[in-house]
Amino acid sequence: MNEEINNGNALPQTTVNPNVVKMKTFWKKFIRNKPAVIGGALILFFILTALIGPHLVPHSPNVQNLANKLNGPSAEHWFGTDQYGRDIFSRIINGMGITLYVGFFSVTIGLIVGVTLGIISGYYGGKLDAIIMRIMDVLLAFPGILLALAIVSVLGGSLQNVIISVGIFSIPVFARIVRGSTLAVRKLEYIDAVKALGANDFRIIFKHILPNVTSPIIVQATLSIATSILTASGLSFIGMGAQPPMPEWGAMLSDGRNYMYDAGHVAAIPGLAIVVVVLAFNIFGDGLRDALDPKMKN
Amino acid sequence: MTKATDTLIEEPILEIRNLQTSFFTDKFEVKAVDGVNFAVPKGKTLGIVGESGSGKSITSLSILRLIQNPGKVKGGEVIFKGENLLDKTEAQMRQIRGNEISMIFQEPMTSLNPVYTVGQQISESFQIHQKMSKKEAMLRSVEMLKLVGIPSPERRVKQYPHELSGGMRQRVMIAMALACDPELLIADEPTTALDVTIQAQILELMKDLQNRLGMSIIMITHDLGVVAETCDYVAVMYMGKVVEYAAVKDLFKHPKHPYTVGLLNSLPRHDIDLEDEELQVIKGSVPSPADMPKGCRFAPRCPFASEICRERLPDLEESEDGNQIRCWIYTDEWDGEPEVNVNGERTS
Repeated sequence: MNEEINNGNALPQTTVNPNVVKMKTFWKKFIRNKPAVIGGALILFFILTALIGPHLVPHSPNVQNLANKLNGPSAEHWFGTDQYGRDIFSRIINGMGITLYVGFFSVTIGLIVGVTLGIISGYYGGKLDAIIMRIMDVLLAFPGILLALAIVSVLGGSLQNVIISVGIFSIPVFARIVRGSTLAVRKLEYIDAVKALGANDFRIIFKHILPNVTSPIIVQATLSIATSILTASGLSFIGMGAQPPMPEWGAMLSDGRNYMYDAGHVAAIPGLAIVVVVLAFNIFGDGLRDALDPKMKN
Repeated sequence: MTKATDTLIEEPILEIRNLQTSFFTDKFEVKAVDGVNFAVPKGKTLGIVGESGSGKSITSLSILRLIQNPGKVKGGEVIFKGENLLDKTEAQMRQIRGNEISMIFQEPMTSLNPVYTVGQQISESFQIHQKMSKKEAMLRSVEMLKLVGIPSPERRVKQYPHELSGGMRQRVMIAMALACDPELLIADEPTTALDVTIQAQILELMKDLQNRLGMSIIMITHDLGVVAETCDYVAVMYMGKVVEYAAVKDLFKHPKHPYTVGLLNSLPRHDIDLEDEELQVIKGSVPSPADMPKGCRFAPRCPFASEICRERLPDLEESEDGNQIRCWIYTDEWDGEPEVNVNGERTS
């Protein structure tokens, strides 16, 4: 009874911050977006595959069997064999881990550096903002893969360097998005209110602004993973990334292109795998954006 | 420049002398606060009244040094407990904000962070200034909610701002501001966004807390009703300057400045029958701060303005009763009609 009387005081819910969406409405919108749900389910499936798959596959990814090379799909080799007679199915499953690893870690680098720069830029403004954002503009001016390629050629071709270079190339996107959201949030009255309470800049930035700009960051991170995977595969394709015999999809695609006419599946299957993973992340990211963006009603 | 006097104020907790705050654009400077003087007596409430753009909010933000680019406090002194706040470092200011001087804002809807519970936000002051643990701070937050009259505070403390009504949120804001027992509370239009019955409750609460905790209050408002109800002294601001400073009773009984008179006359009155009289308005509108009149700021709208008003800016002069007024009419230099009746007599 008492409970009811007190609740009677509360007004209907109003969204105060444009960047914050209630968890409930988020789920409702997200579940209704069928492609996004499928994308999410696929990503979950990919992660499980990457974790458990390598222990279950029938063949080792690097065992050669030259007598059996360039065979088409069969009951024994589901996706056929490549030019050394290795089982493509096992290689794809093992490559899943590499692909996701590259995607997640490079985006993590870009996210941490980009979010920090963007939030500082947006909060302090002025000269600092101008300097940071001009550097970001320079990075953005390069076509993505060209920048990654330049960095990798300086650092040397290896998977680790691919992660670093792809990470650097995703910094400006995060910096820009976070700067924009920070500009909007820092003008809000509750930031003035905590300032008037005596909070220092560090506290304001990380405790009060950051939680209010997370939704655009989450969406961008998901979409960036797709781009990063694509760029990393591209680098491996031109031989600047993962080195043989690593079952990296881009490298596998590159190997397979020599046998396009005789055994198309050697190139087609890793290509298809890249497409499916990138697509899954993209539609999942789009769905997240629709569900988290309050401007997109219904 | 006149100093706030000893006859009027025995022991000011805060004294502002010739405060100047400007905003700079590429082409010109906008003097939002232009030489403001006033004092806040200990344990009393000072009301700052004025139209939008008169500089009252900027004055309060200048006290806490929260003016942001492109604004800047250009000069003057803000003496708080004998020390000039404008000479303090940023780190020293942070120690004062929320601890010795607190502020509550106009919009209770947007003044609370939507991602934290009410308790977490009140705890913030305890954590910043008293280095309390989270648990301890949370217990104190419950006490604060009780203090500001929120029912079942143990439950409320875990709720998010969107679960509370506007009046509740303003109570939470007050709890946040009073958490560290400040000596001065600046309330920037604390009741403007609330409906009338809630307004009365919040004002009542603030008065009650002032009696219990003994703090001084600066009440910024455009609502003369709020002033009459809560303040001991009033500073009337017009275009970045204080035009009249008086004890609240004197101001309502004998308003002197034509602007104050205009403000009071534009209020509906209940004590006399006004059936055949229309509500009066102050003619014209506030000029752009970028285009200040040369003489008295109010001269273009003043029904009594004469030659000297348009030519020279009057000083803030003290009158016999200890109040202060910035108007030529009350000086020896007055060149207009000798017997001007500003019509400031009011029966109530």
